[in-house]
Amino acid sequence: MELIILLGVPLAAGLLLALYGHKERAAELNAVMSFLTFVAAAFLTARVIRDGPMMVWEENFFIDSFNVFLVALTAFVGFTTSLFSRPYMRNEHHAGKLNPARLRLYHSMFQLFMFTMLLALLTNNMGILWVAMEAATLTTVLLVSLYRTPASLEAAWKYFILCGVGIAQALFGTILLYFAAERVIGGGGTSLLWTHLNDVKGQLEPTVLSLAFVFLLVGYGTKVGLAPLHNWLPDAHAEGPTPVSAVLSGLLLNVALYAVVRAKVLVDGALQTHFAGNLMMGFGLFSVVVGAFFLSRQKDVKRLFGYSSIEHMGIVTFAFGMGGPIANFAALLHMTVHSLTKSAIFFTVGHAAQKTGTQLIANIRGLADTNPAIGWGLMLGSLAILGMPPFGVFASEFLILTTAMHEHPWATPFLLVSLGVAFAAVFSRVQEMVFGETTAKRLPHSPALIPVFIHLGLVLMLGLYIPPYLADWYRQAAALIG
Amino acid sequence: MTPTFAGQLINLLAALLLLIAFAMLSQRRVLSLIYLFAWQGFVLVLSTTLVAYSTGQHHLYYSAALTLILKVFALPWILHRLIIRLNIKWDVETLINIPTTMLLGIVLVIFAFNLALPISQLASTVTKNTLGIAMACVLLAFLMMITRRKAVPQVIGFLAIENGLFFAATSATYGMPMVVEFGVALDVLVGTFIFGIFFFQIRETFDSLDIHHLEKLKED
Repeated sequence: MELIILLGVPLAAGLLLALYGHKERAAELNAVMSFLTFVAAAFLTARVIRDGPMMVWEENFFIDSFNVFLVALTAFVGFTTSLFSRPYMRNEHHAGKLNPARLRLYHSMFQLFMFTMLLALLTNNMGILWVAMEAATLTTVLLVSLYRTPASLEAAWKYFILCGVGIAQALFGTILLYFAAERVIGGGGTSLLWTHLNDVKGQLEPTVLSLAFVFLLVGYGTKVGLAPLHNWLPDAHAEGPTPVSAVLSGLLLNVALYAVVRAKVLVDGALQTHFAGNLMMGFGLFSVVVGAFFLSRQKDVKRLFGYSSIEHMGIVTFAFGMGGPIANFAALLHMTVHSLTKSAIFFTVGHAAQKTGTQLIANIRGLADTNPAIGWGLMLGSLAILGMPPFGVFASEFLILTTAMHEHPWATPFLLVSLGVAFAAVFSRVQEMVFGETTAKRLPHSPALIPVFIHLGLVLMLGLYIPPYLADWYRQAAALIG
Repeated sequence: MTPTFAGQLINLLAALLLLIAFAMLSQRRVLSLIYLFAWQGFVLVLSTTLVAYSTGQHHLYYSAALTLILKVFALPWILHRLIIRLNIKWDVETLINIPTTMLLGIVLVIFAFNLALPISQLASTVTKNTLGIAMACVLLAFLMMITRRKAVPQVIGFLAIENGLFFAATSATYGMPMVVEFGVALDVLVGTFIFGIFFFQIRETFDSLDIHHLEKLKED
């Protein structure tokens, strides 16, 4: 029942807003629909916590502690982003950057994007997971080019082609997975169901599965933004509207990584080696290094935080690659806090860019002066994302680092140096933007900053105290991933 | 029809697919590319139907029908409409180094056969020998995307990758589950529409469909 609402609301809202998305109250409708989705997700979560994993509709949907936590996170960030986008898009409209048709496109596609994310998370079928991931690209590509500037068109084209080609590899990986499954389970619709595959993972052909994993990792890894497949990510983040950057960074990357981890569970079972983990560690570590070192060369504030997302997804991928209860726990925690913090940062950055009329770091100055909430929101968010205690990112990074020191000491210097470089690069820039002489002007629609502080408050809480049911939930999920 | 005869016919069609993939690689006219793409789809339909007939896998008839509608009629028709409306029907692309590209293509085919070897040894389908060809088609379409500088041929290359993957699915496993195939088909269709919208946006902004306009965003 919750599931029908959870998937039905964003789909219906997407269609509804395709008709009425340009009307006066569309932004409110968008927020209300996102709120309903969030409520349904909360009920679903409560039920899974109470009753354990569940299968719905002839096993086509499967909800366990791993995906339900991502569902809750996705629905929550989707809801807060819709709150943020209400004044943000009105300001853009006011500045003449958008016309009613584009506003309608934005609202409709935002909801459909939420639908595809949730479908990707909830489905039990690896094939449908692929379809939903591809659909997620399709819904966001026109959002990246929403402003129709040359740069945004280029970013969208790159995003479309790179992710399209990447996801084609993932399709081949899925075909190989089906091929291996068919030999054990037999043909028909059920042999791509993850739960069935998980039951027989010990019997799946190892060579085929290792090949399948390489394709799946490269394919979905493109969407995670793993280096060297990350080229689309900074462009798409910088050129699209800020609410889209927030959901791309906070949600899409997580969901793509979720797909990789689901595949890893199967491959680990079939191979009984650390092959998948090693690959993920390699890609993850390389992304951390690339992300961190490119940070210091950025002039555009949204690109800056785009590269920071690459770095953080690298950390999470590395942690999942190490495996084991602690690293998996830390990776799940890091996914959560990164999503919350990064979307909060994009909210503040979006309004800062509107106030100063530019995304160039050099021209954004003195945010704390004119609007303390934006300035301090950005400052706190940046400190949080850089891993300062007492925020939650510190806790997860600390766990990942100590596990790495213990199990893979060779990787620790790379991680530490990258974190240091990232700190220097981001902190110096944010400091300049927040303090100093101001260039900002007043906005016609006052910004919605409550989501920023809710997100940062949650991150702070996760750094100081993880509620027992949440910790339990992470632990169960971590055990599941193995 | 005896199984061996059917198998040989399927091999013949697979060879035809590979030939079309090479033809696409060297084709300079946009219009002819679209025709080649439609022909590739048609050969795909024939081979899928043949596999369905000779193995009694009934769901393959549906996917053959889906391919016929989507890849032989709908997509070429959309692309055709697009190039007429964009007024690039007679566009000729200057391709440098066709011989080198072809040689590279041959290397890719050999690579594809090597890659497919361990998988096709495990396969129990009558079509297992064609898996290498399917992979070669995918790689050749990749190569085509890389060598093209115009938007429309790049997109055709993208769709040709999907053709190759579809063929791979048929030859390794007699096709994916129906619900997945429908999903993939839907994605491809929507994707083509979005590409179409995109062509107009690019044209409106840059006055041309040359991709080199889209290489400005770089790290400096």
